[in-house]
Amino acid sequence: MTALNIQNSEPQGGLSWAGIKKYFFIVAILVPLFQVFSAYQTVTTEAAGLWLWLLVLINIVVVPVADVLFGHDTYNPTQEQEESLKNDGFYVWVMYLAIVAHWLALITTAYAVSVVDLPWYHFLGAIIGIGAMHSVSFAISHELGHRVNKKTQTWVAKFATAIMGYAHFNIEHNKGHHKHVATPEDAASSRMGENVYKFAIRELPGGFVRAWALESSRLSRLGKPTWSLSNEIIHSWLMTLAGFGLMVLVLGVQILPFLIITSFYGWFQLTMANYIEHYGLLRQKLDNGKYQRCEPKHSWNSNFRLSNLISLHLQRHSDHHANPTRPYQMLRDYPEAPQMPTGYPTMMMMTLIPPLWYWVMDKKVVAWAEGDMNLVNMDGEAKAKLFARYHKKPVDQANDTAEVIL
Amino acid sequence: MSKHQCPSCSTVYDERIGCPHEGYPAGTLWKDLPEDFTCPSCFLIEKEEFKSIAQNKESP
Repeated sequence: MTALNIQNSEPQGGLSWAGIKKYFFIVAILVPLFQVFSAYQTVTTEAAGLWLWLLVLINIVVVPVADVLFGHDTYNPTQEQEESLKNDGFYVWVMYLAIVAHWLALITTAYAVSVVDLPWYHFLGAIIGIGAMHSVSFAISHELGHRVNKKTQTWVAKFATAIMGYAHFNIEHNKGHHKHVATPEDAASSRMGENVYKFAIRELPGGFVRAWALESSRLSRLGKPTWSLSNEIIHSWLMTLAGFGLMVLVLGVQILPFLIITSFYGWFQLTMANYIEHYGLLRQKLDNGKYQRCEPKHSWNSNFRLSNLISLHLQRHSDHHANPTRPYQMLRDYPEAPQMPTGYPTMMMMTLIPPLWYWVMDKKVVAWAEGDMNLVNMDGEAKAKLFARYHKKPVDQANDTAEVIL
Repeated sequence: MSKHQCPSCSTVYDERIGCPHEGYPAGTLWKDLPEDFTCPSCFLIEKEEFKSIAQNKESP
């Protein structure tokens, strides 16, 4: 599959990291439980709305600091260990329980902001906190959504995206993003010189249109209309409708803006994650007009311990794209694949300040392409400027892409 | 009835089973699948890259 090295540095068993690591994935359940705790404290203590900032604090301070403190997770399972990891139901149950906890967190927070009289800025804390939580829901839905041959897991995946009303995620991700990743055709692969806001305008509608078309063509092969109860996007919408509808019924219609804004912010969390995962990386076209197969070098990785646990190894992104059906607990680190300097949460925050993002990442993209900007997925408007600034080959070769690529 | 396997994730397309969820009912022959048929598990590999596997082998 790949020529890159995979390190096996730690044995399994005893109190070694390999032996106890599985229990640390419970952090995916703890994130929403922290939010439930915030909601409880908001209702019952004098500090009230201040508690709504707890998850924001965890996201922007605790996780980045813990990543620095605990460093990289160099453990990769051996082939023997992979067999036991593969069939261990623990890893699936963590996800099921986490999704229940995520819904509980949204419901309890909606209750808290309904019954407590809060200044506007504490609403902001709740929205950003829930948004951070939604990025974990996406990671879980992402994992479950790849298990296309396991019915229960694909249903729970829909239940997970229903939390923020992003019903088309799994279809778009599996059939759209994975197939077209690291090409200009992919709405969910960002281009060098394209800031996250411009990317959002391309990615958010682009992803939906592609998913709807894919589902529509599947249904037409089945002889069913697009608007039918067999449409998997509609399944998840109905779950959102039921969940949000019940909250509106119980808490009043004034909770609706809160639910909508937290959902939108959750969508933007996914946008940020998509933005960082393949920034600037490009698969080359082969003689037959098709793109080369996705290799480990076509994804940005980050191997920090805590952020990898919270994201269910999503940061081991190269292995995920090379082997999309490999369960999260088995994903391996490729030290030679493109690496980002921090964990995904910090990198995602960095995207909000485009000059900072470019300063950190552009030189990494240039190094990845060894100075040949023909090999980079670039924003059309930024292309001339980026070529002038970074391209190391004579300009007359720039148009002869076939020669350069080969 | 033939079988074809995805070289990336090892998923097998068995003509006897088809892939009903994707709209290819049991009995759909390999040659009748569209050219843009993609592996229904990993969605990476297109039809032309699938490998034909032994026809008398039992279904997985």
